[in-house]
Amino acid sequence: MTSTATPEAVAILIPEVAALIVEALNLDMAPAEIEPDAPLFGDGLGLDSIDVLEVALVISKRYGFQLRSDSEDNVRIFSSLRALTAHIVANRSQ
Amino acid sequence: MSAQPLATALGLDDVVAWLPDGPRRVRDLIADARALAAHLPPGRHLLNVCQDRYRFAVGFTAGLLSGRVSLQPASQSAETLARLTNEFPDLIALRDASFDAGSLPVIDYPALTDADPTTVSALPAFPEAQLAAILFTSGSTGLPQPHRKHWGKLVRNGAAEAHRLGLVPQGHSIVGTVPVQHSYGFESTFLLALHGGCPFWSGKPFFPQDIAAALAAVPAPRLLVTTPFHLANLMAAEVTLPPLAMILSATAPLSHDLADAVERRHGAPLFEIYGATESGQLASRRTTEGDTWTVLEGVKLVPNGGETVAQGGHVEVPVRLGDRIEFQSADRFVLLGREADLINLAGKRTSLAYLNHQIGAIPGVRDAAFFLPADEGPAMTRLCAFVVAPGLDANDLQAALRQRLDPIFLPRPLVLVDALPRNATGKLPRQALEALYADKVDRDR
Repeated sequence: MTSTATPEAVAILIPEVAALIVEALNLDMAPAEIEPDAPLFGDGLGLDSIDVLEVALVISKRYGFQLRSDSEDNVRIFSSLRALTAHIVANRSQ
Repeated sequence: MSAQPLATALGLDDVVAWLPDGPRRVRDLIADARALAAHLPPGRHLLNVCQDRYRFAVGFTAGLLSGRVSLQPASQSAETLARLTNEFPDLIALRDASFDAGSLPVIDYPALTDADPTTVSALPAFPEAQLAAILFTSGSTGLPQPHRKHWGKLVRNGAAEAHRLGLVPQGHSIVGTVPVQHSYGFESTFLLALHGGCPFWSGKPFFPQDIAAALAAVPAPRLLVTTPFHLANLMAAEVTLPPLAMILSATAPLSHDLADAVERRHGAPLFEIYGATESGQLASRRTTEGDTWTVLEGVKLVPNGGETVAQGGHVEVPVRLGDRIEFQSADRFVLLGREADLINLAGKRTSLAYLNHQIGAIPGVRDAAFFLPADEGPAMTRLCAFVVAPGLDANDLQAALRQRLDPIFLPRPLVLVDALPRNATGKLPRQALEALYADKVDRDR
């Protein structure tokens, strides 16, 4: 852990992570259209497990850490853009 | 009637599974299964949706001990569960994680504190003719199609795979990224443990770092059971893995380039498995050594009026294969493509598999799929291609394709995408391509 995920730090990073998701998954939408608190799976963006691996890959490249599902709650991390961003803020090394 | 023991390649005190808190021996598996069987209500059918591979094994073994058939559907959608409940009124689900079973009765995997491995004195054996599992395919009409698997055939299946891969007599430690309920994971992790002597890691690692951690938790030699999609993701993530002794891939075609890169990175042979839920696994190849598949011991592929039928060995009943096959000898063949993939444009024939192979062989192409849209009007329908090729543009790709394909098969349009909509097992459902086509192409007209 290199920093604490304050709500302010998370809010600042949300647009960047949203852009990363849109680019990684080639979504036909503007990053700002991703609702920070809406589910990324199912009724929200409708991501599947393959998408999660794709997003995890770009996150690992950009922020310098690998996602783990056995040490962290995978479902919680990917529950929303805000939750994912908070996880990045708390774990990033670059 | 002849019988086969629960494990033919492991003894009572051999390890069958590695869990985060340590190994489980075959003796533990049997004791846990006996205890679990005592918790199950009467009935003949079990929907075992345990995500933990060891708990699945306990549930399956409890089923064998109590004469219950393991139902393993292709999907766990509400519609599928409703159909199964209707067809098998005594069905119950065994789960170890959240699972929405609808109206289906559910048992949560219990603590099994009363299991006592010291009371297990022998391997139980089950009649070869005992119906052990029913695996389902989605079927061309959308209705689940049952494929019945008897104990004797399952035993042969696991043994044949272990023999082919040279895993006898030294078993490998299996780490699988694929679900144990689907045919590939069922055969290549669960059956390969009991009948190939290869204990499995209980988890199903997801992220590349999870795969590394799981491999580090089991002793060498290690066998990674995975798919082309996971392999590509693993290569791109550049995570360091513990030494691998062997890698298995199935569910979708693996490119020579990816196979070559994986073998170079890990210094381990990469084998592909060819098979189907209907027949079980039928053949294998080492992808870097060429296109030729070799059938598993006991299995026969027989030409039958332009089609090919799989039979013998662990194949339950003769199965018509959906692939066009060119035999090189009685037990060696190459795949020419799926029957359903045949394309006929302006009187010229080819297959989607052939087109996908050609475009996939262009340097710089990471993934690609041709798609033939539904016929919509007077103009001739043309193929479309979706291509993942960072650094290349559509003109480069069209130029390269012109070197390889009859002009009638050149894509119009060729759409560059960041990824193809492959599902969790790496397959590319036609509906997903239709949706991609509607999104990328149709809306622009």
